[in-house]
Amino acid sequence: MALLEVRDLSVVFQRKGEDPFAAVDGISFDVSPGQMVGLVGESGCGKSVTSLAIMGLLPQRGVRVGGTVEFEGKDLLRLSDRELADRRGRDLGMVFQDPLSSVNPVIPIGVQVSEVLERHEGLRRREAALRSAELLERVGIPDPGRRLKEYPHQLSGGMRQRALIAMALACKPRLLIADEPTTALDVTIQAQILSLLSELVRDTGTALIMITHDLGVVAGMCDEVNVLYGGRIVERAGRHELFAEPRHPYTAGLLASIPRLDAPRGERLTPIRGSVADNIPWAGGCAFAPRCPNAVDACVERGPEMTREGERLLRCHNPVGRPAPSEEVPAR
Amino acid sequence: MSAAHDESANASTVASKEDRVLVEVEDLKVHFPIKRGVFLDRTVGHVYAVDGVDLRIRRGETYGLVGESGCGKSTLGRALLRLVDQTGGRVVFDGVDLSTLKGEPLRRMRRRMQMVFQDPMSSLDPRQSVASILVEGLRAHGLDTDRVATDRRLRELLTAVGLPETALRKYPHEFSGGQRQRIGIARALTVNPDLVVADEPVSALDVSVQAQVINLLGDLQEEFGLTYLVIAHDLAVVRHISDRIGVMYLGGLVEEASSDALYQEPLHPYTRALLSAVPVPDPELEDRREHILLSGDLPSPAAPPPGCRFHTRCPWRQADRCDTERPALREVAPGHRVACHFAEDIRDGRIARHAVAAEAVDATTGLPGVTSSSAAGPASVTEVLGP
Repeated sequence: MALLEVRDLSVVFQRKGEDPFAAVDGISFDVSPGQMVGLVGESGCGKSVTSLAIMGLLPQRGVRVGGTVEFEGKDLLRLSDRELADRRGRDLGMVFQDPLSSVNPVIPIGVQVSEVLERHEGLRRREAALRSAELLERVGIPDPGRRLKEYPHQLSGGMRQRALIAMALACKPRLLIADEPTTALDVTIQAQILSLLSELVRDTGTALIMITHDLGVVAGMCDEVNVLYGGRIVERAGRHELFAEPRHPYTAGLLASIPRLDAPRGERLTPIRGSVADNIPWAGGCAFAPRCPNAVDACVERGPEMTREGERLLRCHNPVGRPAPSEEVPAR
Repeated sequence: MSAAHDESANASTVASKEDRVLVEVEDLKVHFPIKRGVFLDRTVGHVYAVDGVDLRIRRGETYGLVGESGCGKSTLGRALLRLVDQTGGRVVFDGVDLSTLKGEPLRRMRRRMQMVFQDPMSSLDPRQSVASILVEGLRAHGLDTDRVATDRRLRELLTAVGLPETALRKYPHEFSGGQRQRIGIARALTVNPDLVVADEPVSALDVSVQAQVINLLGDLQEEFGLTYLVIAHDLAVVRHISDRIGVMYLGGLVEEASSDALYQEPLHPYTRALLSAVPVPDPELEDRREHILLSGDLPSPAAPPPGCRFHTRCPWRQADRCDTERPALREVAPGHRVACHFAEDIRDGRIARHAVAAEAVDATTGLPGVTSSSAAGPASVTEVLGP
């Protein structure tokens, strides 16, 4: 059984005097223990909002969250604030993009790490401090005893991100959500953090949801990759299948538009035309249709349904390569 | 030294016009003082942002500068345009030593070198229309003499960067990030420059839009015969657009080669680690390929390690020379320069890689193993320059 089952999750932002905006528009996916699932997409595709919705971190006002998020059979969206607070940090861990703005700047790192242990595991201060030092050591922070007493600004970006991972892992959560964990970091530090995350998943059996815009990052580590566009999943496949044969024109377009280290140089890139601003609402067709090189008449008439093709899910009327599979996925 | 004097030892090229040097940087140094104290303003140290860089940019080529944050690549770009003052060394632009210029001659020289900035949101004045943004440079350099001609020029430029002519009357907020970057590029081109310094021109853009701007930069280079210095941290992007690439680490150039040579046979340990760290969107290759994980962080440029600046993190570090003698940039193969004492030995496999213990680098002092919250130096140059 899956650890986390997200079914038809939707997040609609409603502001006074403005049309409601569906940032997430019916997303379903599963995460099993020890599995690394990637959510990939550009800014505005709803990947971060999805993670915030799962963690219950969206503001109460002006947001409508629909669907279900079942964690071990319990719907997280229906839990009270208190129950949710018990689970966050214990069962669910989260690592954010910007390590400086997700820690408290006026509290030493050590206190912030042990706080989790004191809150969820009821440890005494001294025990918690010892465990914190172990945790920092575990995530590769040299001289943890000294670092515990330091404030976030005294740590470098990579060290801060490590400290954040240590906090997220303090209570051995069964699910870890990493939202662009390496985007703010340099490439050599990124490599360190990614290898640390993979190692932790392998050793502890934690499930990981990896949210990123970088296709290279998911190619190296995620078992299953979901490509998001305009708040919906447009393609899902195992990483080998997805990169070997992208079927959705958006996935294919993304891959064709990035310069690659492993390709011969000097070839002209094939950009995706237009920008996210050109999207049309899913209700009247495919959101990607105005930018899509494969668009046919059907794309602006009705939104494509999710179809299954072996292990792959695809939402497209006219995919790259072969014609669209006819078998539709029954609504789960 | 004139540009024609240059006899660059590139075996494969003929001494054509394209081969001539436009910019020559000799032992360039930019040190920022770290000041402390309210009344006395004592200088307690320096950030060695750029510390002895030699490079040449030929006419019509794209020179890529890569490195991680804090390595001094942006400062080098700014020093090239004299946007920051150099501490030592010199920059010769088309035969003229820029450090000897000031006042009006410097201002006139600036017409020939322009900059494209990273963040298209903050580098365009939100209260200026596109027309007024574009015409500003022309006015400053006295090129706005004929209203009809200016108008035609602006329209040509917009077409060249792929924006509709109606854009002239609009304001920056009405455009997407990619379009705004196009405006920034058009602005740099209004005064017909020879050199364009592009500091992270695509890193603020979405992946699908990046490619549009990268292609545009290539097209414009062909159309206007521009010379580019492209500064970026994304190695795949730099490799794609550059003819030659310089790799920077802690204020110095550690390797310089043609784009293909650098990626096929990186010789400096840092370049090798950097290249192996770039994720490639190909799972097969990712599973197979060797990753060289560097331990620890970039030391602070305020307290660079002695000897080779990379020796604290180098997996090929040797017991002698590395920590005492700073390696000079030397030519190992034609057109391929490396600053490493053991480049050949590493290439030929005579030196094996070994594990490196991460040295704790204090983000505030940059001194390994020093706990001191009072000695608050900056972590990187960007921090020194401030917003």
